[in-house]
Amino acid sequence: MVDLSRKFDVLVIGGGNAALCAAISARQAGASVLVLEGAPKFYRGGNTRHTRNMRCAHDAATDILTGPYTEQEFWEDLQRVTDGETDEELAKHMIAESKDILGWIVEQGVRWQPSLGGTLGLGRTNSFFLGGGRAMLNALYLTAEKLGVDILYDAEVLGLEIENGMFLSAMLKQGHADVAVRAATLVAAAGGFEANIEWLKQYWGDAADNFLIRGTPYNRGSILKMLLDKGVQDVGDPTQCHAVAIDARAPKFDGGIITRHDSVVFGIVVNKHAARFYDEGEDIWPKRYAIWGRLVAAQPDQIAYIIFDSSVRNSFMPTLFPPIEAPTIAGLAARFELDPAALEQTIAGFNAAVRPGTFDHTILDDCRTEGLTPPKTHWARKIETPPYYAYPVRPGITFTYLGTRVNRQARMLMKDGRPAANMFAAGEIMAGNVLGKGYAAGIGMTIGSVFGRIAGREAAQNARN
Amino acid sequence: MHGTKILEEAGRLMTVCNSCRYCEGLCAVFPAMEMRRAFSDGDLNYFANLCHGCGACYTDCQFSPPHEFNVNVPQTLTIARAESYAAYAWPRAFSGLFVRNGLWISVIAALSVAAFIFGFAAFHDRQVLFGVHTGPGAFYKLMPHNAMAALFGGVFLYSIIALVMGVRAFWRDIGEPIGMLADPPSIWQAIKDAGQLRYLDGGGVGCVNEDERPSDLRRIYHHLTFYGFGLCFASTSVATAYHYFWAREAPYPWWDLPVVLGTLGGIGLLIGPAGLLAEKWKRDPDLVDHERMGMDVAFVVMLFMTSLTGLALLVLRDTAAMGALLALHLGVVFALFITMPYGKFVHGIYRFAALVRYARERRSPG
Repeated sequence: MVDLSRKFDVLVIGGGNAALCAAISARQAGASVLVLEGAPKFYRGGNTRHTRNMRCAHDAATDILTGPYTEQEFWEDLQRVTDGETDEELAKHMIAESKDILGWIVEQGVRWQPSLGGTLGLGRTNSFFLGGGRAMLNALYLTAEKLGVDILYDAEVLGLEIENGMFLSAMLKQGHADVAVRAATLVAAAGGFEANIEWLKQYWGDAADNFLIRGTPYNRGSILKMLLDKGVQDVGDPTQCHAVAIDARAPKFDGGIITRHDSVVFGIVVNKHAARFYDEGEDIWPKRYAIWGRLVAAQPDQIAYIIFDSSVRNSFMPTLFPPIEAPTIAGLAARFELDPAALEQTIAGFNAAVRPGTFDHTILDDCRTEGLTPPKTHWARKIETPPYYAYPVRPGITFTYLGTRVNRQARMLMKDGRPAANMFAAGEIMAGNVLGKGYAAGIGMTIGSVFGRIAGREAAQNARN
Repeated sequence: MHGTKILEEAGRLMTVCNSCRYCEGLCAVFPAMEMRRAFSDGDLNYFANLCHGCGACYTDCQFSPPHEFNVNVPQTLTIARAESYAAYAWPRAFSGLFVRNGLWISVIAALSVAAFIFGFAAFHDRQVLFGVHTGPGAFYKLMPHNAMAALFGGVFLYSIIALVMGVRAFWRDIGEPIGMLADPPSIWQAIKDAGQLRYLDGGGVGCVNEDERPSDLRRIYHHLTFYGFGLCFASTSVATAYHYFWAREAPYPWWDLPVVLGTLGGIGLLIGPAGLLAEKWKRDPDLVDHERMGMDVAFVVMLFMTSLTGLALLVLRDTAAMGALLALHLGVVFALFITMPYGKFVHGIYRFAALVRYARERRSPG
């Protein structure tokens, strides 16, 4: 049993990669540490459960990385994906620290493997977790337990007592009698608010009812909200979230990575009126992967259909849910209550606009449409070989960008710009500092591990002083 | 559509796993899966026998129960594996022995021991059975060597034929050309993989058994069991060679090769099965094929009893207990050999064949 009457040096709220890295590094620095994970043990770890890799800078190839990825190149990639919406000082600090994380995380029991089948494009930049994100979490939890970190599950925090930027205690829900847990410092690593539909509705209206959440139902943003309400400075656009198009048949929560679709570039995407609405061939798929959630969210009833024919049936990763199949376009339309005539007309119009070219999905090829609005600028080929297939898709929300502002020490900043006395943040809850918008594969884990480790170390030191 | 309920479930799981692939570094099953987009019954039986049941993919899976995707690969493949043993059994009429296997093995073992005791008693008077016999040929006062060799040689031969027929059925089911079983590089790779239990280590940190903490205990116990069995088998082979080529009759002095090999093997065959049984009882119920628990237990108990009775015979061979112990030991060994094609022993044979196929696939995909 964990003694909740004592005052801990460091209280970590959250249970994912950032929280565990903070807990481990604080404990290694000599602090007593309590981790409060709001989810039950099986669902521990928030979005980390569903991750698979981390992006770290390195100057030379390793056992599992095929070549160097310099700090400069990492920085350029980050600038590109965020359109410059990043804090340069923090970002460069994180990138420099990421080099050391490659080895540090292995010391904590996490094991690497080369990039997974079907992800060759990441083989140089990203290190993959052997066994995936939950395996990584299991290793971190085992290490934390061995070090003597106290961990509570189902530990919902109902309130934070903060005075003048000074954390005093957290109110922990404990059956009938709630308990005030005291600690010298706080590390908030409790993620974003993507699973809080009511909060999403503030920005998206009723459309948010049709959103699917890719992670657990426990990422409700309650800690983030408490901190912002108590005077912590915010960062990141509250209205924005990372969203991809995922299978409409996926569960409301926690469908994870396997509900994704990589088939957009091989076909066309129509809305419930059987009309196309965006250039499916705009760019190489991984670069455009993450715009389709927002695109579908903007369509009526937040539903769309990826339509392709049997000529490309095996051109992409196998999917969890099989595509709906029909011998004719009209038959396919009927399976989704789409207007058969409208879909036939859309496809006939598309086929007529396709110009001859040499198909190659690995480059921006010359297969395109002419005289069509919107155009399909690459990989456009006629949809004419039955049977025909379709995947229904909805917006799948991965994470939100709103967070708490921090400095290089991962210390929160208050609205007046002063550093908080004893409050630190790591992971998705502060990702907006370096990731103002967009995404690059594996960067969420980099933010979590780097700032988690810093936050834990700084909090331990803060607690001693 | 698949042939059985469990293969239906295995097919569903492989579809889930093939769209995830996080576990591909843990063992051979997932890379083999990634070479395919659709899964025939034969493919699934191949995966089932390739799976070593290390459990790592269950603990590492974000979709394992209580998640609604309910992904439990180790348990599903364990059940499919056991069902495949029955399906490949030769002759077909005996496949029913895999149902309530523990009971069948116990009955056969009891009958076999009883038959030896009865046989010794029927052929000799009490003085011989309960007498003290020492020096070369002591055992053969109870049963002539040629009779012993003929009986056990015959049983061994039968078991080998039945096992070969089983492998043939497996090989056909998974759709491999028969010649591929004789592919030397693949066989050598499979020998290395099986010999070190490469895929019983959770991708490098050990098996997952009772909780999420990995441990190498199952692998160590299995090594003790397997190599213990091998040493015991070598002991018997050396003794047979002594008998026929050098006319040296058992029992042999304690420092002689058959006794040394048999004693070392016997110790492994005590600790190994006992450890495996203890691990089995601790195992997370979510990973266990509860219906087939008896099959697993019966096999390790038979191995344990083979060793225990053999060592007891060694220690007490110069006393009046020798006759009874010899009957007991021979009865247990007889039962072990005759039930080899119809019990857990076959797991090693099919898994080895699956490893040969995997080695072949890795070298020349498709």
